[in-house]
Amino acid sequence: MRPTRLPLHALLLIALLAVQSLAAPTFAQAQLTQVPGQNSPTSKEQVPLYVPQDDKLIGRVSIPDEKLAVLVQPEGREWREWRTNTLRLAIGGLAIGMTAVLAVFFLYRGTIRIHGGKSGRLVLRFNGLDRFAHWTTAVSFLLMALTGMILTFGRPLLIPLIGHQAFTPLAEYAKSIHNFVSVPFVVGLLMIMALWLRDNIPEKADWLWVKTAGGLFSKAGGQHPEAGRFNAGQKLVFWSIVLGGIGMAATGYLLMVPFAFTGIGGMQIMHVIHGLLAAGLIAAVIGHIYIGTIGMEGAFDAMGCGEVDENWAMEHHRRWYEEQLRKGYVEGRQPAE
Amino acid sequence: MARMKFLCDAERCIECNACVTACKNEHEVPWGINRRRLVTLNDGKPGERSISMACMHCNDPPCAAVCPVDCFLQTADGVVLHSKDLCIGCGYCFYACPFGAPQYPRTTDFGSRGKMDKCTFCAGGPEPDGSVEEYQKYGANRLAEGKLPLCAEMCSTRALMGGDGAVLADIYQERSLRRGYGSGAPGWSTAYGRNDRGSPFAPGGPGTGGA
Repeated sequence: MRPTRLPLHALLLIALLAVQSLAAPTFAQAQLTQVPGQNSPTSKEQVPLYVPQDDKLIGRVSIPDEKLAVLVQPEGREWREWRTNTLRLAIGGLAIGMTAVLAVFFLYRGTIRIHGGKSGRLVLRFNGLDRFAHWTTAVSFLLMALTGMILTFGRPLLIPLIGHQAFTPLAEYAKSIHNFVSVPFVVGLLMIMALWLRDNIPEKADWLWVKTAGGLFSKAGGQHPEAGRFNAGQKLVFWSIVLGGIGMAATGYLLMVPFAFTGIGGMQIMHVIHGLLAAGLIAAVIGHIYIGTIGMEGAFDAMGCGEVDENWAMEHHRRWYEEQLRKGYVEGRQPAE
Repeated sequence: MARMKFLCDAERCIECNACVTACKNEHEVPWGINRRRLVTLNDGKPGERSISMACMHCNDPPCAAVCPVDCFLQTADGVVLHSKDLCIGCGYCFYACPFGAPQYPRTTDFGSRGKMDKCTFCAGGPEPDGSVEEYQKYGANRLAEGKLPLCAEMCSTRALMGGDGAVLADIYQERSLRRGYGSGAPGWSTAYGRNDRGSPFAPGGPGTGGA
């Protein structure tokens, strides 16, 4: 017979065992040697019942639903804290805080008037497509904000008012509307990006607007730094809505297909991101609505009928006004040159 | 009054899945819903342990805290139940539950979830005990008949026990003392580590704080 040689698989087995014994002795291995011995309990009181569990415990399941392999996930506690307290504080706090700041500002500044009064001549600011894109995004955003708030605040605020039997169908409709309206929201978002992105690219003149806060705090009025089609404040709103909206849509759609791409931890994080972005966007939109309505004379016309007063255009967007003048979009004035 | 709990002795469970099958059969649980499941830790490695897990009927149930429609209730025995009439299937309770207990039937191909389903400790739901509606929505109500959960009754090695928590703890501690070791009651620190609220609550009741 040939001298005995260890076959390859035996060598592999030895190597494997060596690697395993090198690994730190884990809880699992400690359990393997669990036999009655020196550490055995000597009274019933010594047998532990409550063993602290602070980490996720993941095993294997034989059922198709693989997410159920997570045996214990203590992280649910943090998510619970987020869902029952932090989320409500973030959304409610920012919305109420923003409203309060605006109320104080309104008392200080009042409606920002057109300094030179209305001229009566109109300049085309947003055409039909512009306004369609804006209102598609706006209406769907407001619907989603409202339905989201119903699901977030309904339990403490609405159930005591209308009762459980009435709130459940309301919440169910709110959930459906929230999901379905996300589609027109994304369509609107894509449209405003296609229409206005190039006018919202930050430029040097924006710096002056930021430094002077757009003349918002000069009570005399008429102190508006020169701006193109959109000033730095409007650009800020644009990028908030676009980037925040993309983030909300991405996390929102992932929440609608739960566990399709991530496990329980990912779903919890997704929900937190969705909630934080919602809190920020709702506050930003409250500011946007304020300055577009009671905050400034003549501003609503831009998105209302699409045409603004010539004096408003000259005061707020001089560079853009001059462009419109050249193009002949100012009523009653011949294109220059 | 007894405080109902589950205790799965990991040293005894042999992963036979009889508890899972018994549960499915007793309550006619639909496909894809797993009120009880077996999770094997350290599978194929030294120290492999299997644990049978379902709703643990926590002292301070996270599911009830996060529910946007406030559909949960807890009986005087500490059993956590919910109303399928109120549930909207939002899925929040699954995110908060430490044990992955809440389950949702798939209602459409777009993945929308139906009303949540979970272990009831064989105690049915808010409907009258033993009624047809109760059986259709939540399965059998063995507790009302004076019987304990079938999963635990079915366990061949008496690894899974269900019943009065104080009695379970006593049995487990005595058996661990006799055999000389025990790794603790799985999930107990998470489920019962917090103070027992000691009083039942129902939708809208003060127990849930309404918030």
